[in-house]
Parts: sequence; structure tokens; C-alpha cells
Amino acid sequence: MTAVPTLAVDDLSVEFRTRAGTVKVLERVGFQVDKGETVALVGESGSGKSVTAFAVMGILDPAGKVTSGRAMFGGADLLALSEAELAEQRGRELSMIFQNPRTALNPIRKVGRQIADVLVRHGGATRPDAPRLAVDMLKKVRIPDPERRAEAYPFELSGGMCQRIMIAIALACRPALLIADEPTTGLDVTTQAVIMDLIGELAHESGMATIFITHDLALAAEYCDRIVVMHAGHIVESAPAGTLFTMPRHPYSAKLLAATPGETASLGQLASIPGGLPDLRRPDLPACRYSSRCERRIDDCRRPLPQREVGPRHLVACWNPL
Amino acid sequence: MSALLDIAELAKRFEVAGRRLLHAVDEVTFTIGRGETVGLVGESGCGKSTLVRLINRLLDPTSGSIRLGGAELADLRARSFAANPHRARIQMVFQDAGDSLNPRYTAADAIADPIRRLKHLKGAALRQRVEALADMTGLPRELLSRFPHQLSGGQKARVGIARAIAVEPELLILDEPTAALDVSVQVLILKLLQQLKGKLGMSYLFVSHDLNVVRLLCDRVLVMYLGKIVEQGPAAEIFGDPRHPYTRALISAIPQADPARRIGRLRLGGEPRSPIDPDPSVCRFYGRCPRGEPRCAAEMPLLRSAGPARQVACHFA
Amino acid sequence: MLPLLRHARYVLSKNPVTGLAFALFALFLVAALFGPLLAPYNPLQSNSAMALRPPSAAHWFGTDQLGRDIFSRVLVATRLDLSIAFASVVLAFLLGALSGVAAGYFGGWTDRVVGRLADTIMAFPLFVLAMGIVAALGNKVTNIVIATAIINFPLYARVARAEANVRREAGFVEAARLSGNGEARVVLGHVLPNIMPIMMVQMSLTMGYAILNAAGLSFIGLGVRPPDAEWGIMVAEGANFIQSGEWWIALFPGAALMLAVFCFNLLGDGLRDLIDPRKRT
Repeated sequence: MTAVPTLAVDDLSVEFRTRAGTVKVLERVGFQVDKGETVALVGESGSGKSVTAFAVMGILDPAGKVTSGRAMFGGADLLALSEAELAEQRGRELSMIFQNPRTALNPIRKVGRQIADVLVRHGGATRPDAPRLAVDMLKKVRIPDPERRAEAYPFELSGGMCQRIMIAIALACRPALLIADEPTTGLDVTTQAVIMDLIGELAHESGMATIFITHDLALAAEYCDRIVVMHAGHIVESAPAGTLFTMPRHPYSAKLLAATPGETASLGQLASIPGGLPDLRRPDLPACRYSSRCERRIDDCRRPLPQREVGPRHLVACWNPL
Repeated sequence: MSALLDIAELAKRFEVAGRRLLHAVDEVTFTIGRGETVGLVGESGCGKSTLVRLINRLLDPTSGSIRLGGAELADLRARSFAANPHRARIQMVFQDAGDSLNPRYTAADAIADPIRRLKHLKGAALRQRVEALADMTGLPRELLSRFPHQLSGGQKARVGIARAIAVEPELLILDEPTAALDVSVQVLILKLLQQLKGKLGMSYLFVSHDLNVVRLLCDRVLVMYLGKIVEQGPAAEIFGDPRHPYTRALISAIPQADPARRIGRLRLGGEPRSPIDPDPSVCRFYGRCPRGEPRCAAEMPLLRSAGPARQVACHFA
Repeated sequence: MLPLLRHARYVLSKNPVTGLAFALFALFLVAALFGPLLAPYNPLQSNSAMALRPPSAAHWFGTDQLGRDIFSRVLVATRLDLSIAFASVVLAFLLGALSGVAAGYFGGWTDRVVGRLADTIMAFPLFVLAMGIVAALGNKVTNIVIATAIINFPLYARVARAEANVRREAGFVEAARLSGNGEARVVLGHVLPNIMPIMMVQMSLTMGYAILNAAGLSFIGLGVRPPDAEWGIMVAEGANFIQSGEWWIALFPGAALMLAVFCFNLLGDGLRDLIDPRKRT
């Protein structure tokens, strides 16, 4: 398969300037997403998964700076584009949905109008046509009674419905890549299942690539093709979803699995991960940021991290993998 | 196992615009035994939070009975319950530990507050008790003088737990205690809760969206939908063999990595019915249930026995 | 304490204007506390021979129509003006914040009564209302304090009410009730401490207004009476002499007034910066 990936992130490093020092939030992160593929970025808080997405979209906090790397998308490096050029891409080719759908929508604008706005701005629709096309999108995301709902404000809709609206806005212009940042956190498990199915179907229909950011490993495993595991700003392992669950090769991935309820039969079998995140402000961080917590640490671990291929599309950044 | 908490026909109806009634909790009946962990699950809007507030007496019921070890609590006004001797018997661990801690109180102040108010300890005795609680919940003593914004999520959770067990309650309500925590910290907190339960002889009412956690921790599970309990029974049975269509939809929606273990998917479309002035003879799940027969719209299904210790409210379960 | 001081230093370094405000406040505080000791002349001592002298080495701010040293009078007046302002602000806080918090937390009738009271006060042009109150109660300094407190009541009540309303749903309020705190304890021991920072900012901002109000009332003859030294009266007396060229009699007390109000407004902003971001540590 030598088709050009939809998104290829390479050697991405991001730093944040804070009062307490410079935090090296991401270091040499690289992964790719193929057409039609769903890739999950999985990690605990502080892993840098959201920062990766924000960097690619060009919406990093002003205190953040991309210090190296490229994000090749549609033949251009997103990180090198100007704000104006990026704004052209966003909404049209590159789309994002967020946690907390109700707060991500404009509270004082009817939802139908919000969808219409994107269609006109990026989708080339004309103003008179846009409302009708917006209702079409609502139908596509299976909102019952779409004509009436288009006239509603976000506060009148439930969390699940607001998330569907966000999906409608994000997919209105049929983007090539959708980034979903914890879109179902806070939703009920039944609503979550429906939303995940919906995203999957729409992606499949249009060959859209999806990056799905979550802390829920099981969710990633069920709905995504590949999983990329992050820890303290590094990618530690990437593998097809099923393989990661049955054969995790990085010690952190294995520990993460062992800490996930649902994968064990009893509470006694759950194990927490020893140690804590390293302080990312230190100038003397080791090459492997997991090594200080790792029981499999060997001398080699002080060397720069490798990217070992241990199976088909299965990469591990470890000198002593399981 | 004798019953610690006995809830009978508990109901809470709120008045909404136009003299209509919102049935938040509708004739709910169940018990919690001594030393038992009972899970309470259901989607948002099902009445879980209202039920919890009725039980911990922050809210007055419209009707029904709340008996704690034989004492009837439903008649006591929520406004004055803080001064009641029974106050210390039911305590709660909150969902968002950060939100549940007063930003102007140190961890020590927060833990000391209920001890001061309900056990009337002061000075050295109080301080010793606070330190003992910190030790018991794995909170390093030097963190006691810190404010909430100086503590991590896991540490705040421990402060919340220490405060809740400070007055040795018999019933501890846990409202999504690990929802905001990383998976690794969650393991530690869950194990701590399990250990404390045995050590202090408490019963737990565990409210959660995370069904995997409920399965690990709970002896019995109550499933709520639109104010009513639609199914209850031992945890293993509820998860292994859900009978009520809503429970089936819930269980089958849990993300499952292993395709072999995925139960037949039951997808729920649409939105729940309105809890305002609901028709008393129509099943609350009718319209969303994949199986909807004429009988469902004519007769409200009641909780019936479906095995030893098992109850389902469905005509066809 | 140490992190607070460190944070204070950080805020002041980013915001030199705030530093200026704090320095000015310190100056006013010294003048208020030690004014009578530092004054070169007796502020009440008339000396007709030295009347209407312009600023000079002997009299830095010149002398007024009775030959009194204006610098001494301005200095000594600091104590009176600041104490009136401070007393009114504290009284306004006690009345307004307590009723506002009660209104915001309990809602219902408490809310309605406090709301109507605030609305009634705000229906009047505030200065006119203050005039009316002082005129009705009698021409005494205490009554200026009461009048200023009353006209500031709605503002405090409103802010306190809004803050209490937000906090009412907070987890820690429920936790406080579960911990055996009765309603009064919850309001006073848990909600009130949390709204103190914003109340302090409010208090600092209204200090400036309170000073102006006291000065204004004295200017028109209500409240402080001659021969007491107070900035408002001094401006009033000096106003008569501007046309005839003795500008210094009105200017210096006026400048002191302006500087004080300026100082307290900046202080309020600085306090807000100092207190709020502490949560971001």
C-alpha cells in the first residue's frame, strides 16, 4: 500500500512557555492516518494527545510553540501555512469536534444557521440554498424532526443532540480529515454508542480519515482501526486495535490495559501504574520518559528512543519491549 | 443480611410551569443491606441525582419512606436535618472532588468540618483524628495544609473520601467518585474504597455511568429509567443476562475490545419520553423500546420477580 | 504567605501602575495615621496677617482666607476623609453583602425583599438621596457615613447576590450541609469567605466613590462643617477665591481628592489581579 496518507505527522515537537519554565509538551511525535482509516490517540491526561491535535489544526494556545516537525496534508505542510491559508483548510478539508458539545456551539445562534454558516463559508453554497442543505445535514446525522430542530438553540437540545449538530457542522463540507477530541466524554454510554456508530458510518461513506482522541482504551479498540498510545509527549506504541489488546509490546501499554476496568474479572486484578509523570520542565529529561517508572528498564534505555517494527503496522518505541 | 436502608414508594414530583408535575422519582422501592454495595445506573435525566439527594436528606420527598436501620427519615425536614443526630449516618463522596471542596478551606479544614460539627471534637483530639483519616486514605500528611487548587485530582479525591468517612457513616453514597480521574489513579481510589468498606463496615450506594466499574465493585445493581426502577438484581446476573430492554441496550453499549465478547447490539434511537405529567398507564420506555406492543401503551409494567433476588418491570421479560 | 508575596511581586512587576497605587495608598495611610503629628502648622490656627499667601517655602500650599496653612489642613483632612470613606464602605459591605448573600442563597422572599429595597434606592439619583438622608437625619459626620452606606447598598447586594447564587449549586455547599452545617453556618462560614475576594475589590473601588460623596456633601454644606479640615469643604471655600486669583486654596485639596480616588480605583484593579489568579497557581 503505497497510497499517500491523508495526514502524515513527522518529528513534531511542541513547547509551552510558562511562568515556571519551558514545558516540552511533545517530543518528536510522528504518525500517519490513511484515507478511510480511524486512528485513536490514546493516553492519560498530560500525555499530549490533545496538544497534538491542536498543533495540527493550528489552534495551539499562544504560549505554545511548534519547535520542529511537519504535518503533511494534501501535499502541504500544515505547520508551515499562514493563518489565512489554514483558515481556508479548516472547515473544508480539515475538521474538528470537541468535548462538551453544548459549550462548543454558539449559544445565541440557531443550530440550523450554524451549519449553514459553514456551508456558505467553506462549502461553496449560496445563502438562499444553505438552510435547505443544513436540514439535509441534520437528516444525515439522524436528528428526528430536522426542520423544527434547525430552528432550535443549543440550550434546548440534549448533550447527545448537540454532539450530532457538531458532527453535522464538522462534516458539512465533507472534509478529508476529522479530528474528534473526546467527543463522547460526558455522554451516556447508550448515546456514546450511537454517536460512535454515526461517525463511523459517515466516515466510511465518504472515505474520510478520522483521528479519535480518547482516554478510554476499550472505546478506541471497539471503534478504531489503529491505536496510537502516548505517554508524556511521546508516542510509545502504535498498532492495529485488536493487536494492541491481545499483544501490547510496550510496558506502558500493558500497564494501561491492566488498569482498565472491564478487561479484568475482579478488582483485585486491576493494577495501577507505578510512579507518576515526569516533570516536563526539566532540562535533563531522559530519552525515554517512561524509564523512571519502568520495571523493565535496562542500560540501553538511556539511548535515543527507537521505533521498532514488531509486527505488521505495529511499532514500539522501546529497547526492551514485552 | 439485615436491611440498613429501606426505601419504600419514594417519590419526588416538582412543579413546573403551568401547574404540571415533573416526576423525577416515581414510587421507587429497594433496600440496601449491611455491608452491601449497590450500584445505581441509568442515563442522565433518569432521576439518579434526585434519588441520591432524597436519600442523603438534602431534599424533601413528595411521598414515601426512607428508613435507616429502622429510623424513619422521610418525615424530617431537609432544612433542619444538619442538626439531627442521624446526619452522620449517611454521607457522600462527590463526583467532582474539586467542586466539592471549598476553595478557601485547606484539606485539613475540609476533613475537620464534619468532625467539628457532628462529633464535636476540638483542638488536639480533632487534629489527631484528621491525621488518622489522612493516613487511612493514603493522603500524605504534609498535603493537609494545602488548598484544593494545589492538589492533584487523585489527592482531591482522597480528601473528599476522608471527609466523607470522618464521622463513621453507616451508608456512604458515592456519586461517580472516579469519573474525573485517570485510569491509573482510578484503580487506586477504587481499591481504597473497597478496603475502607470492609474496615469500617459501611454499605455503599454507588452511582455511576461507568458500567465496567459498577460490575467490579457492586454486589447488586439497580437500573433506573425516567424515575422508575426498571430492573434490579445481583450484578453478575444483570451484566450477564439483562432482561429489561433498556438494561440490554445499556449493557450492549459498553465498549468492548474483544469482538467475541460483544453482546448483540441493541441500539436505542430517539429521545426519552417527557417526565412531565407522564401517562400512568403507558410504559415509560414505550416508543424507544425496540419491542413496543399495544399492551405497553395500555398497562404500566410493574416490578415483578424474575428469579431469586431479581426483579424486572417489563411485560415481556 | 510566601507564595502570596511572591505572586504580589510578580503582579507588581508586570503592572507598575498597580505598584504606584500601592505606594500612593501607603502615603495616604501615613498621612491619615500621623497627619496631625507631621503637620508643620496647627490646621485650625488662624493668622490674619498671613491670609491669602501663595505657595512659598514657608507655606508649601499657601494659606487660605483665614491665614491657615493649607498644606497642614490638607494633610490633616486625610484622616477625616479616609475614615468617613472607610466607615461608609464597611457599613455598606455589612448591610449589602450580608443581605445580598442571603438573597442569593435562599431566594424566595428574602430575595424579593432585598431586591425591592435595592431597586427603591436605585430609583433615586444617588447623590440627591444622600443629600436627603443627611438633611433628614441631621448635619453630622455619622450621617454622612450612613447616607453613603445606604446609596452603595444596592451595588454590594447585587454583586453578593450574584456570587452567592452561583455558589449555591456548588458541590462544597452540599458537602457543607452533609457535614452538619445549618443554613446560617453554610452562608456565613462557607459561601461568604468565597465571595470575600470580589467584595474586597468592590470595597476598594467604592472607597474612591465614597470619598467623593463625602466631599460632595460637605461641598454643599451638609455634613462636615467649618472649621474642620476636610477636602470637600476646603474646595468649597476655595471656590470663592478662584476668580480673584487665589487658585491654590481650591486646587490643593482638589488635587488630594483626585489623587485619593485615583489611588483607590487603581488599588481595586490591582487587588483583583492579586486575588483572582491565585487560583491559577
